Amino acid sequence: MSELKNIRDQFISKLENDLSIDQVNEVKTELFGKNGLISLKFKSLGSIPETDRKKFASDLNQAKNELQNLITSKINEIEAKKINEKLEKEKVDITLPERPFVRGKIHPVSQTIDEISSIFSEIGFSVEEGPDVENEYNNFTALNTPDNHPARDMHDTFYLDENKEFLLRTHTSPVQIRTMLKDKPPFKIIAPGRTYRSDSDQTHAPMFHQVEGLHIDTNINMGHLKGCLNYFIKEFFEVKKIKMRFRPSHFPFTEPSAEVDIGYEIKDGKIIIGEGDKWLEILGCGMVHPNVLRNVKVDPSKYQGYAFGIGIDRLAMLKYGINDLRAFFDCDYRWLNHFGFDPLDVPSNYRGLSR
Amino acid sequence: MKITYDWLKDHLKTSAKEDKLLEKLTDIGLEVESIENLSEGLDLFKVAKIIKTEKHPNADRLKVCDVDVGNKEIKKVVCGAPNAREGLLTVYAPPGAIIPKNKTKLVVAKIRDVTSYGMLCSESELNLSDESDGITELSLSKYAKNIGKSYFSKASSNLIDLSITPNRPDCLGVRGIARDLSAAGFGNLKPEKDKKIKSNKKQTLKVKITKEKNQGCLSFGSCLITNVTNTESPQWLKDKLISIGQKPISAIVDITNYVMIDINRPLHAYDSDKIDKGIIVRNSKSGEEFTALDNKNYKLDDGMCVISDNKGVLGLGGIIGGTRSGTELDTKNVLLESAYFDPRSIRKTAKKLNIDTDAKFRFERGIDQLSIEDGLNKAAFLIKEICGGEISKIDIQKIESYKNKVIKFEPKTFEKITGFKISTKEMTIILEKLGFKLKKEKKLIKLSVPSWRPDIVQKIDIVEELVRISGYEKIKIENPIKERSKNTLNPTQKLFHFLQRAVASKGYLEVITWSFTDSKFNDHFKETSKEIKIVNPISSELGVLRNSIFSNLVMYIIKNLDRGIKDLSIFEIGPIFYGSKPGEQNTVVCGLSAGKNSRLSWIEKERNIDVFDIKKDVIQTLVEAGYHSEKFYIDDESPNYYHPGKSGRIFLNKGKDEVAAYFGEIHPNIIKTLDIKTECLLGFEIFLENLKLPKKPLKDQKTKYLVSDFQKSERDFAFVVDRKVNVQDLVSVISSIDKTLISNIKVFDVYEGDNIPENQKSIALSVTIQSLEKTLTDNDLEKINNLIIETVQNKTGAKIRT
Repeated sequence: MSELKNIRDQFISKLENDLSIDQVNEVKTELFGKNGLISLKFKSLGSIPETDRKKFASDLNQAKNELQNLITSKINEIEAKKINEKLEKEKVDITLPERPFVRGKIHPVSQTIDEISSIFSEIGFSVEEGPDVENEYNNFTALNTPDNHPARDMHDTFYLDENKEFLLRTHTSPVQIRTMLKDKPPFKIIAPGRTYRSDSDQTHAPMFHQVEGLHIDTNINMGHLKGCLNYFIKEFFEVKKIKMRFRPSHFPFTEPSAEVDIGYEIKDGKIIIGEGDKWLEILGCGMVHPNVLRNVKVDPSKYQGYAFGIGIDRLAMLKYGINDLRAFFDCDYRWLNHFGFDPLDVPSNYRGLSR
Repeated sequence: MKITYDWLKDHLKTSAKEDKLLEKLTDIGLEVESIENLSEGLDLFKVAKIIKTEKHPNADRLKVCDVDVGNKEIKKVVCGAPNAREGLLTVYAPPGAIIPKNKTKLVVAKIRDVTSYGMLCSESELNLSDESDGITELSLSKYAKNIGKSYFSKASSNLIDLSITPNRPDCLGVRGIARDLSAAGFGNLKPEKDKKIKSNKKQTLKVKITKEKNQGCLSFGSCLITNVTNTESPQWLKDKLISIGQKPISAIVDITNYVMIDINRPLHAYDSDKIDKGIIVRNSKSGEEFTALDNKNYKLDDGMCVISDNKGVLGLGGIIGGTRSGTELDTKNVLLESAYFDPRSIRKTAKKLNIDTDAKFRFERGIDQLSIEDGLNKAAFLIKEICGGEISKIDIQKIESYKNKVIKFEPKTFEKITGFKISTKEMTIILEKLGFKLKKEKKLIKLSVPSWRPDIVQKIDIVEELVRISGYEKIKIENPIKERSKNTLNPTQKLFHFLQRAVASKGYLEVITWSFTDSKFNDHFKETSKEIKIVNPISSELGVLRNSIFSNLVMYIIKNLDRGIKDLSIFEIGPIFYGSKPGEQNTVVCGLSAGKNSRLSWIEKERNIDVFDIKKDVIQTLVEAGYHSEKFYIDDESPNYYHPGKSGRIFLNKGKDEVAAYFGEIHPNIIKTLDIKTECLLGFEIFLENLKLPKKPLKDQKTKYLVSDFQKSERDFAFVVDRKVNVQDLVSVISSIDKTLISNIKVFDVYEGDNIPENQKSIALSVTIQSLEKTLTDNDLEKINNLIIETVQNKTGAKIRT
């Protein structure tokens, strides 16, 4: 009896020492190996008188469990200590920079075109395109701007031949002509794209971007035009209210024609759209001229509707606080990084146009 | 068109404030472009008298004058005018005054060591005339009592600059503007009170319009004023012209200008003594010449409308007069012309000769054909009043009579177009005030269009007049319906947007560059394409349409490298051109990368960007756009602007239909010629039109979902092959051995050098073998293993490396 207690006490104190994992395993073998002290005690059970056997067995099991637990926890303790020592050595300066990455950007004009398309998509417009090189007919004549008409002076045109038959389109309006010649009414399209005028100074670039809009059906009137543009401007500038003014003007391809101004003010050097008492001209529009409809074989007594043309670069400048038009086309890496958009930032209606 | 409120009030009865006027003008489509206070600061200019002049001690041509500027003040002024003399009355500008001509502000200045307090002004400097030889000379009798007083009469009203659209010639006259305002309820149009010429004297100079094809002159009115004394204009007339920024010249010229601005009726005054016999209005003959009032000599083509006499051309009708018959201060007899010229003819001639004059600007927009007499009456009486003389009867020659246009208008058209209603009564009032004559016919209104409105030809123009005058603010907003019946983008447009964002996500900055470029750059990239020249480029550096986007990207890469940016990737998606006709263009995504990967990184080893970086960008972009890389076919035939050994082209299928993309290093010769300072330069081009759109949308392209849970095994092979054998072929040989068992092939080493025979290379591959049906036995694997070795050896001449 006391022998068992001796074994127990002796090994408990042994395990209290600072041991290596091998030493603990030695202890384990000494106790529980084939000829271990505890193993032998179990083997001797049979030789214990029956009266004492039950109590001895119970004491033996208790000692066994106690020692086994002790060994397990000793092992755990040593392993934990080892890991901790290893971790201590593995510590890095986590403030060092991450591995290098590159980040591309979408040009503000492209982003703006996507925003515009997204807004008009919501109210049923689809996107049409036309070539950058146009013939004189589509760019002018079909649009009710015959040769020898002073309105042609409003466009400084780049020509590709001496006969002035082929040119770089001065506006996106020829896409109206192409669309109407190709299909049958109703028409409900926008046409964003590059446009060209031989004009180059601080506020004019020889190439710029426009988006054309056209809605022709049996009953489309100036109220629809106003409603459409009011909706577009509010959505584009992401404001609840907008101050908008329709002003009579003249374009050969629309009658009546209007220029649209939006109210703005300058606060702390920044332009605030939709408030204030200053006016900014942002687009031209009107009811498609019956002559234009006749030119594309659409009967003006049955069909009518509106068209508009908006300068995209100008809109982008206003929305994103860009002061210099020329910078759009200057490809300065720093500018592109500053004003460009993340490619994942795709304008969509459900999560808002811009971040 | 420049006007003042005061001038407007000659025709309009109103007491409204100027700010209300400005608002109204813009509201009815006569956009106010700017407002300028011309008289601001003009009160500083004083009538002054030169008391004493001395020669400047340090300059022969300068004088130092003592000037009496009033209030017993004497100022010392240095003056270079030869006519500066004692006793002269002139105009003095003190320091602080702004000279009208050049807008410079005067300061106290030392001129060759003598301090000058202000300046004595010439008429030219005061914008009064072109007289710049010497300072203004004021008449003693008139100004002697005014010394020290302001020279300019004050309170001339603001100069209002209107942007008149080309369809509104009538508003190039003050009266037309007044008429529009009155129609819109802003004041009342005053009735015309011009007298009519009643004379017994005949117009003795014969005028003839020849009847010929394309005669540009439809009618020619004239009247002769004899025994005039041309003089300086009276103050009221000078003030009027000065108030809108014009310079008075002489009474006769000033009167014609005044009438032109007042009622938009261009006139021309001839010195009739200089006309040989009579006037012939005819088409010019090629080679005819004349000297115009702008002192330029013009050589004419056939068919330009000229006013001529027996000796030849006097002037270009409606555009510019000639020096030979111009009026001067000593002109005694004046022939006044008031004619109508066809806008198309005017425009054609003016464009060809590149002449722009006030008259031309008005005639090409369309002049009131019935204003011929009004103009003659108004001008002739003024000439008589100011210059004296005797007026003849009016003579009018014409080859065509004018008839007012008639439009039948249904009032309900208005609501159909504008979406709102106004009463027929309201319509009637507006149209009558605009000068229309109305007649009601059942549901229609028959409208006779006023002769001054060439822009109004059909019903829609009437709607425009009515809505413009009623006010655009009355148009009610109809909110759009959120409904879509057609896809917003077609598949090509979707692809465009996808490629754009896919490339950007690889670290490229999107740029937008001109569609035109410098032929010096373009020549490097145009290959066999035709050069497309712009006839009238903005500069010679932007003289051709681009045949490749590289032409521009290279230019801008150089600019950015010059800015000190070493590692940069840019791309553009846009058109390139292969012809000068509509549609001869393609859409290309073009990217250019320069510099290094991981430059100066503490953790990554920096290295030059290489062709396999670019290849990755292109392949990944195409895969992301929905194309299957396992079908791609690549070879090394690329355009000459790429490095011949480090570039290639990609086809979507081995069928080699059209090139989907090129990629590679830019040719070292180009880098050298253009002096591009970078470690390396690589680019790619993806051709949108050559990417065949899948017949089925992506969502329907997915094959059945099949995966194998049986054990897979990976076998490594190393083949030694001829150097010319490419990996693509080797992989294709292996994968076609058994498409069901060979699920993946990876190249993990390519080696040339020691232990490999010359002109050969070792390619190491790992082949994944897996069955969909069973676990493969050692036997099965051995079989396929041997088959791979055998096939590769047979088909490529390779040797398995042992």
